[in-house]
Amino acid sequence: MSAENGMSRRATLVKLGLLLNGIVGAVLAVPIVRYLVSPVTRERKIGYESWLALGGLEQFPVGQTRLATYRNPAVNAWDGKTADIACWVRNVDDQTFQIFAINCAHLGCPVRWFPQSSLFMCPCHGGAYYQDGSRASGPPERGLFQYRYKIEDGKLLIKAGEMPTPGQPVTNKAGGKTTCA
Amino acid sequence: MRLIQKVGEWFDLRLQLGAPIRETAAHPVPRETASWFYVFGSAALTCFMLQIVTGILLALVYVPSAGEAWNSLQTLNHGVSLGWFIRALHGWGSNFMVAIVLIHMVQVFLFGAYKFPRELTWIVGVLLLLVTLGMAFTGQVLRFDQDAYWGLGIGASIASRVPVIGPWVVKLMLGGPIIAGATLSRFFALHVFVVPGLLIAFVGVHLLMVLKLGINEWPMPGRVVRRATYLQEYHELTHKQGVPFVPNAVWKDILFSGFILLAIAACAVYFGPFGPGGQPDPTIIQTAPRPDFFFLWLYALLSFLPPSAETPILLIGPVVGIIILLVLPLVAGEGEKSWKRRPIAVLAILLLAVALGTLTHLGEHTPWSPVMDAWSSQPIPSEYLKSRTNLERRGALVFQAKQCHNCHSLDDKGGQRGPALDSVALRLTEDQLVRQVIQGGGNMPAYGKNLSPAETTALVAFLNTLHPATQPPARDASRTVVLGASEVSPRP
Repeated sequence: MSAENGMSRRATLVKLGLLLNGIVGAVLAVPIVRYLVSPVTRERKIGYESWLALGGLEQFPVGQTRLATYRNPAVNAWDGKTADIACWVRNVDDQTFQIFAINCAHLGCPVRWFPQSSLFMCPCHGGAYYQDGSRASGPPERGLFQYRYKIEDGKLLIKAGEMPTPGQPVTNKAGGKTTCA
Repeated sequence: MRLIQKVGEWFDLRLQLGAPIRETAAHPVPRETASWFYVFGSAALTCFMLQIVTGILLALVYVPSAGEAWNSLQTLNHGVSLGWFIRALHGWGSNFMVAIVLIHMVQVFLFGAYKFPRELTWIVGVLLLLVTLGMAFTGQVLRFDQDAYWGLGIGASIASRVPVIGPWVVKLMLGGPIIAGATLSRFFALHVFVVPGLLIAFVGVHLLMVLKLGINEWPMPGRVVRRATYLQEYHELTHKQGVPFVPNAVWKDILFSGFILLAIAACAVYFGPFGPGGQPDPTIIQTAPRPDFFFLWLYALLSFLPPSAETPILLIGPVVGIIILLVLPLVAGEGEKSWKRRPIAVLAILLLAVALGTLTHLGEHTPWSPVMDAWSSQPIPSEYLKSRTNLERRGALVFQAKQCHNCHSLDDKGGQRGPALDSVALRLTEDQLVRQVIQGGGNMPAYGKNLSPAETTALVAFLNTLHPATQPPARDASRTVVLGASEVSPRP
């Protein structure tokens, strides 16, 4: 065996070693990537949303808009207060409700309800909405996000579990009621 | 002394670092670079080292858990000896670091330091600016208070606007469907492991290139950079007229770094730590979230972009800005270095400084936000109520009760979202006032559904009195023609 052949054999062994590491790396990358994207893949499997009770209907007098809170369904023990989410409940006529996300449709800041002027106002960039959630003024491109709801045994339930954002404005874009049991 | 020398020799025989360190220290630099203009890079590095030390100290106590982080910050502020001081050092160190990195960048830009052969040094510097801002943003999140919580909401809302993959990006960023424990954990990992790792790596490369290529010479008008001749010219500058870095230049770096550390400590003692603000409880909605100082300009910009253009500008703007910074040395790698011969460069810096300064100033005052409590805390000035009719005073009451004051100021008090109304009667006739109140428009909500005819009449009667005593209110001249003289003739 000539020296040149020896060199080429060792060079081949180096390549073989690199190839082996490449394969192992690729195999290891699969679980690592799946671990990293688990917040997304979990959503696709079972989803984050479920029906949550906001409380008895008597808490939401007709013609008024009241703040309600719920505990987010997907929750860890160390989430603390961050898993308590607020929303605005508007009782239109005891049969029809509107449940607005607390997050402004512009950039997610918490909107406040002013019954005196019947407006929702946002403290961040000055977005304003009418009492039915439609855009009144300011930078938002659209009205407030609305949750789906249903009434069961005198209780108001909403489908929630994800922070609504301009890119994903809750499941039912139109809002309004779905089923009434 | 002999013992120390022996120990030193023992280590150097094994480490073999003495010679390269001596060589680096004594390397010649152009004479004019021993200047107070050349101290910002080393000062930024000093800030970074302070951040590493104080960051590790804070990590001894801080709990990166959504349920406990705020409490652990309170413990740091009040329960641990001088915990407040370490937090203040870290917070002020962060502000100083961002500021000095920006100053350093402006200096090397105006001195043409990004030109051949230092293009890559500039590009790595741009990456260093980005990771420094990344540290500032993730650090603001770790101060887990209301501002941090809603700041994450703003970040998520921006990320969600990315076409197609937006919702996935949001969940990857938040670690789940909402801002919660998983979110804080991953921002902790970013702030403590990932971004500092990148920062250390980029600083290493940046410094290595400064040493290998030599510090940028003092730019002289007319001394033009050409790829063919520059290296030879620089060699002459350093080796024929140059001075050793240590001690001729380094003493200014050391003094300035010491001064910066002193300034950070002074700010920390005098102003104390940043926050934390209110608890990160999303059911407490009486809050007006605001980002830290260096992101205020962006916060202000977001309130001025027209809705239709906001998403493209938000998503494309930063990419374009970063690309411009990255390719700058590749397209302008030769030519004049001196700012005296580069008016566009100077104007660009001035324009950026004025724009960012103005936006930051606006971000501190948020004139676009309604003053949420003006209707109940700012009374109507009494001179606006003197010798008014009952109807007009009734209108003033409507003005307060319907929260007009939240967006409109009277006598400089109240909101600035809408125009000040002190002389609105000069601008709008009675009919125009009615129309504006009922139908809104020009960024004002319509109040038609929310005001009774009587309330509207009273409100407009009040608004019609808002004009200087010496000037009559606006009048629709066509009324005389259409309705006849009787309608507008002076009352008997």
